[in-house]
Amino acid sequence: MRLELVKRPQRSMLFSALSPFIAFGLTIVAGAILFALLGINPLTAFYTYFISPITEVWQLHELAIKAAPLILIAVGLSVCFRSNIWNIGAEGQFVFGAIVGSVIPVLYPDMQGPFVLPLMLLMGMVGGAAYAAIPAFLKTRFNTNEILTSLMLVYVAQLFLDWLVRGPWRDPKGFNFPQTVQFNPSAVLPELMPMSGRANLGFVFALVAAVLVWILMSRMLKGFEIRVLGSSPRAGRFAGFSFNRMVFFAFMLSGALAGLAGISEVSGAIGQLQPSISPGYGFTAIIVAFLGRLNPLGIVAAGLVLGLTYLGGEAAQSVLGISDKVARVFQGMLLFFVLGCDTLIHYRIRLVGLAPKLDASPKLEEAH
Amino acid sequence: MDMTVSILLTIATAATPLLIAAIGELVVERSGVLNLGVEGMMVMGAVAGFGAGFLTGSPWIGLIAAIVVGALFSLLFAVMTLSLATNQVATGLSLTLLGLGLSGMLGTGFVGLPGERLPNLYIPLLTDLPVVGRLLFGQDPIFYISIALVFGVSWFLFKTRTGLTLRSIGDSHTSAHALGIQVIKYRYLAVMFGGACAGLAGGHLSLVYTPQWVENMTAGRGWIALALVVFSSWRPLRVLAGAYIFGAVWIGQLHAQAFGIPVPSQFLSSLPYLATIVVLVIISRNKRLTMMNTPASLGQAFVPDR
Repeated sequence: MRLELVKRPQRSMLFSALSPFIAFGLTIVAGAILFALLGINPLTAFYTYFISPITEVWQLHELAIKAAPLILIAVGLSVCFRSNIWNIGAEGQFVFGAIVGSVIPVLYPDMQGPFVLPLMLLMGMVGGAAYAAIPAFLKTRFNTNEILTSLMLVYVAQLFLDWLVRGPWRDPKGFNFPQTVQFNPSAVLPELMPMSGRANLGFVFALVAAVLVWILMSRMLKGFEIRVLGSSPRAGRFAGFSFNRMVFFAFMLSGALAGLAGISEVSGAIGQLQPSISPGYGFTAIIVAFLGRLNPLGIVAAGLVLGLTYLGGEAAQSVLGISDKVARVFQGMLLFFVLGCDTLIHYRIRLVGLAPKLDASPKLEEAH
Repeated sequence: MDMTVSILLTIATAATPLLIAAIGELVVERSGVLNLGVEGMMVMGAVAGFGAGFLTGSPWIGLIAAIVVGALFSLLFAVMTLSLATNQVATGLSLTLLGLGLSGMLGTGFVGLPGERLPNLYIPLLTDLPVVGRLLFGQDPIFYISIALVFGVSWFLFKTRTGLTLRSIGDSHTSAHALGIQVIKYRYLAVMFGGACAGLAGGHLSLVYTPQWVENMTAGRGWIALALVVFSSWRPLRVLAGAYIFGAVWIGQLHAQAFGIPVPSQFLSSLPYLATIVVLVIISRNKRLTMMNTPASLGQAFVPDR
């Protein structure tokens, strides 16, 4: 018995809408098996993962904090992936944006006032965009593979941050802990509803970015250009669109959003720089982008789901005593199932028995 | 003299995992498939090798476990990209993400435990020869496997009919299919060979290089192996050269740190990654040459029409 793919005459709208849900369902089934193998009642586990982290209002705030960077980064990545540009170094752009954005509160802590925060956010975006411009430049100028260069730059950014917080940027009064000074109040991202929880402006940035990129991609010429060049570079060139400009645009837009996510995370949720400022947001955002079907509005929903897996992982560690790595396994499985289900959009799948010679002709008729 | 020998030995130890993973990926890419999951398969091999070695007390069983787990893990990628025709780049990435998560979960209990180390070869008299003795006859078993793999794969690809078929699939899967070659079957085998190699490379890390389990212990080596394949223009002997250059960079920065060179250790640690970028730039800048060397069907999904 083997699988056979039969091309659909046109893409299936039904499966296009359903595939993220099927994928999520399959992940739940696979997760149940995983938990059963670990000797944990799957129902208890799922309650701990997906329900218990959002039963109280302050927990919803935590969800917003986790989802914000995921959505911001994934929205940018969706533009890249749509244009067939593979920026997988968002984690590095996140870190570099956070570093550049932190220049003011770390080096000039006395600088205070309402202009500080907007300036920091802007610098974060510029930092992220500049860092993302490196693989874009190397790709357009030297034809290097952007997947490998953008990923290598992740390690470089992380090591650079590590050096800063252990070296020149270390808080002199910090008892030798590898961290910078606490940001002063005018460098801290304001909380949305301080009465009920600590969610900050970062979540608003994420929603605004999603809407703006949605408008860009579906309502503006630039978005059309990106989609054309992404699906058929040759057609795009005939239409007079520049491939190189598009590479820079996609990389720098996603870099800027990752940088914004970085500085928002540091100035909002953490409040200072430390050796590790991201639990892999830049990589998880790749999953968010695909789960959201590369559509900015879908990405908002997907970001909330993946944000929940982070919270669920923490809850499961403290309640059930299982490694928070299980959350990462969930995330990986989810992406697998999403990609697998996407096949259903373009193909019908059927199982073929082991005697293909005999029934070859009736199958042909059936297909036509 | 002893110093030089021991530096050469450590370079060989650092180069071996890169070499094995890259040789495996080279075969995969020659068949026209781009598997970006090397890092994930490698880290799964590392955790399987350590775990099996630790639980049974035999590093040899660890070695076999690393290979088997690497191959099985790559099967996941093969089913997705070959049978379901998913996007190879995205699927490879998800294999890496899943591998890093799964190995972290499986390895939670192994952190900090002392592992089993594969013994170095020892042949009386030969190994005791001055200078060349330890270099040629006194290394770990995986080193010898890695060298055998380079020449074996080189011979297979360029001197056997099956190798020719594999390369033809990588250059044009439609033509190969039209000639009656079972494209998907060949690719399944190639991907699993790559997985076994990546698993073995990971096993080298946790059974020879540093016999212990540390989360994410591959530290980007899988990605560097992918870059090595590009560097080599898809030729096995150049992978050998490239892996040793990178091994030297890796060891060089460690020695520089130990000697207390007045450069922050983080800068030295980032050298292998920066070197990768530089090498990619040098190799890829000649667009026509790159296009000539790259397997023409690389990364494209293939759905056989009947």
